[in-house]
Amino acid sequence: MTDRSQSCGGSCGCKPEAETVDESRRGFLAGAAMAGASVIAPGVTLFAYGAGEAQAAGADPKKRWGMLIDVSKCVDGCTGCVTACQTENGWKTTGRPATDPQWIRKVTLRDPKTGATKSAPIMCQHCAEPPCADVCPTGASFKRADGIVLVDRHRCIGCRYCMMACPYKARSFVHEALEDQKPHAPRGMGTVEGCTLCVHRVDKGVAPACVEACAKSGGAIMFGDIADPNSEISKVIATYATMQIRGDLGVDPGVRYRNL
Amino acid sequence: MANIVYTECRGGQRFWMLFVGLLVLVAIGGLSALYMEHNGHIVTGMSNEIVWGMPHVFAVFLIVIASGVLNIASLGSVFGEMHYKPKARLSGVLAITFLVGGLAILVLDLGRPDRLTVAMTNYNFRSIFAWNVILYSGFIGVVLAYLVVQMTRRWAKFTPHVGLAAFLWRLTLTTGTGSIFGFLMARSPYGSAVLAPLFIAMSLAYGLAVFILIRLALESSASQGLGDELLQRLMRLLVIFVGSVLYFSGVFHFTSIYTAWRVDWEAYLLLDGGLYTLLFWGLYVILGTLVPMVMLYGRSGISRTREIVSSVLVLVGGFAHIYIIIVGGQAYPLQLFPGYEVASSFNDGIVARYVPTLPEIGLGLGGTALALVLAMMAMRLFRLLPKGEGESYADAA
Amino acid sequence: MSERSSLERLILVVSVLVMTVLAGIIGAHAGEVPLPSVPKATGGSCVAPPDVMRRNHMSMLKHGRDLSVRQGERVEGGRLTGCIDCHAVSDGKGGQVTVSSPQHFCRTCHDYAAVKIDCFECHASRPEQAPKATDASPDTPSSALAALADYAKEVAR
Repeated sequence: MTDRSQSCGGSCGCKPEAETVDESRRGFLAGAAMAGASVIAPGVTLFAYGAGEAQAAGADPKKRWGMLIDVSKCVDGCTGCVTACQTENGWKTTGRPATDPQWIRKVTLRDPKTGATKSAPIMCQHCAEPPCADVCPTGASFKRADGIVLVDRHRCIGCRYCMMACPYKARSFVHEALEDQKPHAPRGMGTVEGCTLCVHRVDKGVAPACVEACAKSGGAIMFGDIADPNSEISKVIATYATMQIRGDLGVDPGVRYRNL
Repeated sequence: MANIVYTECRGGQRFWMLFVGLLVLVAIGGLSALYMEHNGHIVTGMSNEIVWGMPHVFAVFLIVIASGVLNIASLGSVFGEMHYKPKARLSGVLAITFLVGGLAILVLDLGRPDRLTVAMTNYNFRSIFAWNVILYSGFIGVVLAYLVVQMTRRWAKFTPHVGLAAFLWRLTLTTGTGSIFGFLMARSPYGSAVLAPLFIAMSLAYGLAVFILIRLALESSASQGLGDELLQRLMRLLVIFVGSVLYFSGVFHFTSIYTAWRVDWEAYLLLDGGLYTLLFWGLYVILGTLVPMVMLYGRSGISRTREIVSSVLVLVGGFAHIYIIIVGGQAYPLQLFPGYEVASSFNDGIVARYVPTLPEIGLGLGGTALALVLAMMAMRLFRLLPKGEGESYADAA
Repeated sequence: MSERSSLERLILVVSVLVMTVLAGIIGAHAGEVPLPSVPKATGGSCVAPPDVMRRNHMSMLKHGRDLSVRQGERVEGGRLTGCIDCHAVSDGKGGQVTVSSPQHFCRTCHDYAAVKIDCFECHASRPEQAPKATDASPDTPSSALAALADYAKEVAR
């Protein structure tokens, strides 16, 4: 075997002591940690939802992240949450709705009897029993320990069975080649994607982008740990009547709606 | 009947011309797949609403045929109908090649066909799809074993056992294929256990029709007599099978009509679904079911034209039927808010549009051609066809 | 057609195949490909020395990716974004090159070794270009650091 490295003559001659490896990495990582701590400030409602320290060990099985959408506060014609999601996760519409990514969409409902209209955002409902994860042949669709339903695109083969199984039309297939994706939101042609509940933000203790945007224009979306009876969101769910879309299917969505 | 002498297909000009023609189709299929892979699915008519399109109609059609065509062999070694025994080898080979053709389409339509190894190393056992991967590859293995025991003197005594295993395996396989749709509880056009027996009935009918057509084609090109009496039996079977598809289809739609949240879909499909209604009544029910049944029912004479026309009609109707199940079922909008009129940027509440593009059809035809090319190669290389079969059958009778 | 002639044909096909492969191998040795010139990183020291990284970056990334995607353990330093930030190559116009450029850090070696990179089918191949609206860099939990240190130690062994 020939070693083609330029900085190092032999393949084993310059193999460092484990300690050296550690030391250099520690320096690198300490720097990264400091940089992290200093830029946290602009984030809204940091750690207010109880994430943070616990996240070190990964998704916490004692938590279940969820949302409560108050339809009466959702302004018809407002697409703040959709725009925020697009900006945060880097997906765009090209005017071809059938093949465009649709991580979140505003649906207008009209009661034909009274003529009354309502509007509400629909995205991945982060089911407790996600049909997408059940049907996925490779286990690419899965539910994290804290209830967030994701697509592991390292395993996704693009069979689209999850899209057949999803009751909410919440998943999209990437039909075209992409470039310059957001570093924290990888997406690629030939794989399936959907709302991640802004998992990269939640893991840092920051609320999803749509929640943050909605807070500025109506405050219809609440986010939090629905498994914790003392969380804000659980208290509201306990007090008022809320519903789950297609609750009859028994998939127990983590996104609830109020005044629908 | 004691000694059936088998022979290869001798070829000849028509054989090779057809072979080259099919190879061209296979090449077109390959190029279509490359084109789709390179540009992404944007070059197909499929979308986030019609996620499975023409390639899947072809693939399911071929897979259903594959399991059905094996029944000729099963009739011989499982049900003791010795008249069918000379057909068993061809039946087994066709089962394998049609399955390979169908799977090739499915795999090449994946968003990431290059990750096939991922699909083979990561199994989610809650997924009927993952089970199907095992059922499909196992089917090829079992049928290969079936062929080997049939074709070697030494292991010939195992034929009934391996034949039974193959028969049970094919029933499971078609149940699995039907369950792909049967397990989709959220969509009104699917989510019914009846889909599994419906798919089995479809496999019996369409598999038999394909077998009859291929045997008749061989008869004319290489003077391999099928035997008139046997042909008559097969046609009678075809009537029964086509009738049972209609029966299960009827049960399926009647159950849906009696389910409150599904009745909208049934009204759409059966009355005002435009193309889908036309395909259902015109192609599937009338041309693909009633016409061939009337043509064949109670006829004692044999007319090659009638057999060919009725088998072709059954297949055309079958293709339309699968198209309605797969594409029509997705086109109908998901009901998220019963009782409300909905509108959104993602066509909520609107029937999805689907126009297949050329690469999709090319891929489907390519897979079908692949099944036939492989079958022709097998016929040329191995001794699959009984020599002077017509006479040997007459002797036995 | 007799069986013998089919056998002869098979031998012919196989020998043509073998000769093509041999010709390829010999041809490849005839003209030596120049060694890649690897661009310098912009950050401080790497998580491990170059020769360790060179051999093990793929398993470190894979380890990190499975932990972070499936378990939600955000392993600092085992993340592709960390590599990309530090190893970005300037495009001379104030930005950085994407993987479509042969100058891209990953491509210099991967082109040389003729190994396909799958990462950038989905992942960004350069740091985010426009200034971020809400920047919140991750905090680095100490237990994740320890886990990575253990892992790198294991890999380096």
